[in-house]
Amino acid sequence: MALAFDEMNIPGGDLRPAYQELARWLKETPPEALEYRRQEAELLFRRIGITFAVYGESESTERLIPFDVIPRIMSGKEWTLLEKGLKQRVRALNMFLRDIYHGRDILRAGIVPEDLIFQNPVFRPEMNGQQVPHDVYVHIAGIDIIRVDAEDFIVLEDNARTPSGVSYMLENREIMMRLFPDLFARHRVAPVERYPDELLSALRSVAPNSASGEPTVALLTPGVYNSAYYEHSFLADKLGIELVEGRDLIVKNNEVFMRTTEGVKRVDVIYRRVDDDYLDPLTFRPDSALGVPGLMSAYAAGNITLANAVGTGIADDKAIYSYMPEIVKFYLGEEPILKNVQTWRCREPKDLAYVLDHLGDLVVKEVHGSGGYGMLIGPAATKATIEAFREKLKREPEGFIAQPTLALSTCPTCTASGLAPRHVDLRPFVLTGSKTTTIVPGGLTRVALKEGSLVVNSSQGGGTKDTWILDE
Amino acid sequence: MLSRTAENLYWLARYVERAEYLARTIDATLRVTALPAAYIGKTNEWDSALLTAGVATSFYQTYEEANERNVVDYLSFSADNPSSIRNCIEAARLNSRSVRTALTSEMWDTINSAWIELQEVWSKGTSTREDLAKFLRFVQETSLRFDGSAYRTMLRNDAYWFSRLGLHLERADNTARILDVKYHVLLPEEEHVGGPLDFYQWSSILRSVSALTAYHWVYRETLKPWLVADLLILNGTLPRSLASCYDNLTRNLDQIGVAYGRQGPAQRHARGIRNRLEHSNMNDIFQHGVHEFIQEFISDNSRLGEIITKQYLI
Repeated sequence: MALAFDEMNIPGGDLRPAYQELARWLKETPPEALEYRRQEAELLFRRIGITFAVYGESESTERLIPFDVIPRIMSGKEWTLLEKGLKQRVRALNMFLRDIYHGRDILRAGIVPEDLIFQNPVFRPEMNGQQVPHDVYVHIAGIDIIRVDAEDFIVLEDNARTPSGVSYMLENREIMMRLFPDLFARHRVAPVERYPDELLSALRSVAPNSASGEPTVALLTPGVYNSAYYEHSFLADKLGIELVEGRDLIVKNNEVFMRTTEGVKRVDVIYRRVDDDYLDPLTFRPDSALGVPGLMSAYAAGNITLANAVGTGIADDKAIYSYMPEIVKFYLGEEPILKNVQTWRCREPKDLAYVLDHLGDLVVKEVHGSGGYGMLIGPAATKATIEAFREKLKREPEGFIAQPTLALSTCPTCTASGLAPRHVDLRPFVLTGSKTTTIVPGGLTRVALKEGSLVVNSSQGGGTKDTWILDE
Repeated sequence: MLSRTAENLYWLARYVERAEYLARTIDATLRVTALPAAYIGKTNEWDSALLTAGVATSFYQTYEEANERNVVDYLSFSADNPSSIRNCIEAARLNSRSVRTALTSEMWDTINSAWIELQEVWSKGTSTREDLAKFLRFVQETSLRFDGSAYRTMLRNDAYWFSRLGLHLERADNTARILDVKYHVLLPEEEHVGGPLDFYQWSSILRSVSALTAYHWVYRETLKPWLVADLLILNGTLPRSLASCYDNLTRNLDQIGVAYGRQGPAQRHARGIRNRLEHSNMNDIFQHGVHEFIQEFISDNSRLGEIITKQYLI
């Protein structure tokens, strides 16, 4: 594995310009003061109740995601490039989805193999030929970005279903501004606080035609036991919309209503944080108690907008991921600005053979997995684990892709033995409304707190950082 | 507002009120049982604490004997008792999480901090009297803080009114339950005024609804059973009296009615109960039978809960 790209230090001893002021400040600030602020931040997080649940542990387990007080900084120039790339990528994702559920030009052109779509469990035949309001499928995208050098941004994963984490972007900033006002005074940090406003206007802009002039938006949550429940309530609060559960909604005459203390009230747009499978027990899983019976028929009748649309999983599937550069070129006729990680598709015999030969060097992921579960990190795995994985892979090669172990870039991070570089990624949030695509400058930086670790997922010991885009 | 939100606010307030009431009951019982036997007679005060909490039946399914250790544990910390103080605080926190958007940050902070303290400080219960006293104070202070922050920070709209409905309905139920269990010591025919035995019973009743000092202010008298009953049932100036609870319940229901432009069965039912309290006096009540009066009140009060639920919360 190559030496990781250090976002602060240039080999040879110089600092990258974006970090110069921070470095000066760090030199002036005694380590005890940092430690004190770190504890204060943790206390604040706990009091506000910013917690998440870890699946597989007991239901009452609520954990804090560790927060690192050292910000991750990017120059305005870097951001401009990234922003352009993100917009391009999300435009292509939306066009791809529109095409897959309508004309299917891309399949006929032979760019993406048909069976990858039609035999894919996240493909939703219910969406075939269905018009979605304003042709927007992915209203909220969280694109996971990594860096390996100063030039390129690389997409690790597209999240086009119900991406989470934006509340951390907002709360991290809030807490940083409270704890380090002096540090902010020495930088020009682009603000992120208008995200809820942008999100609300995007959601309102995609209301169905049958909605009234002031469309009613609601956020649908699976409920308090969901791991991202804090975020759901946080966003509903910031947007000033109702936080509803399935049982709060009813469908009558193909319209969706919420039960209120004053009778029922029509809902026009649902920002849903419930997976496709659980949305409507009449269409999808009949045992789901989280959904709303009849929701899909109201959707088909064009009386409700679901954000994100149903069936977007086909666009962020890890098997489709490897085709993204071609997908961008196909719809936009442009070279992709953001790079892809080199990916071996284990469904293809040649790739599989290579992967089986190099298991010890590769990261192998389940095509349908998420949250860092069920993946093999070759260089960090024991022989036994690798052999067990080899059997799994041989049994069901189409369920896996493989990628090289990437040296994710590093940022200075507080550790038990002082500041030290730790690997990071970045999830910016891209909002698509009926007319515009917007990205609040920043995103969620996740950091692998364990020395040498490349896993940034909060469920596996990752933490977060505030992300600063300098306004130059 | 969402019916579920209103429901959560209503139950949140009920749980907090119930936790406080249980803490007061335990506190008052500890005081009485600390007296030499001659002063308190043969009644098992821990047994009547269970009765006023309405959990005697379920208690005896697990325990043989109603003694201090068992009852304190059951009322305060038991996971099996759905309305133990621990479970009330757990339920209040769960309700709060469900309606965070409808709570002010002060209210959330009160409940969340209490829940954290419950886990960090009180997870093993209490082992000494001193500890127990601290715990009971913590519960009462949580309730005061919650009530105070609701009063001082909430917008005066339906969210506030539904939360108040829960509080007053629960409070009326609690006061009525004490009267139901203790009515026999309030009966006037046993008028050995100021006899030591009853004196401590009466003061214990007053203490459990934090009205001992109030009694002296209102009546400027030594403790007399019918006055204790008068204070708890009819006196509109005592916040925990049935009359006062119903003043508040009718007012809050009217406010909701005005805001929504519509009255309903809940408003009518509450007004009916309030009128009955307003036009009663202690003579009539005693003649009619205190016990019957209280029993009827308890069932009317829980009926109001059902009507509110049907009209607004589902």
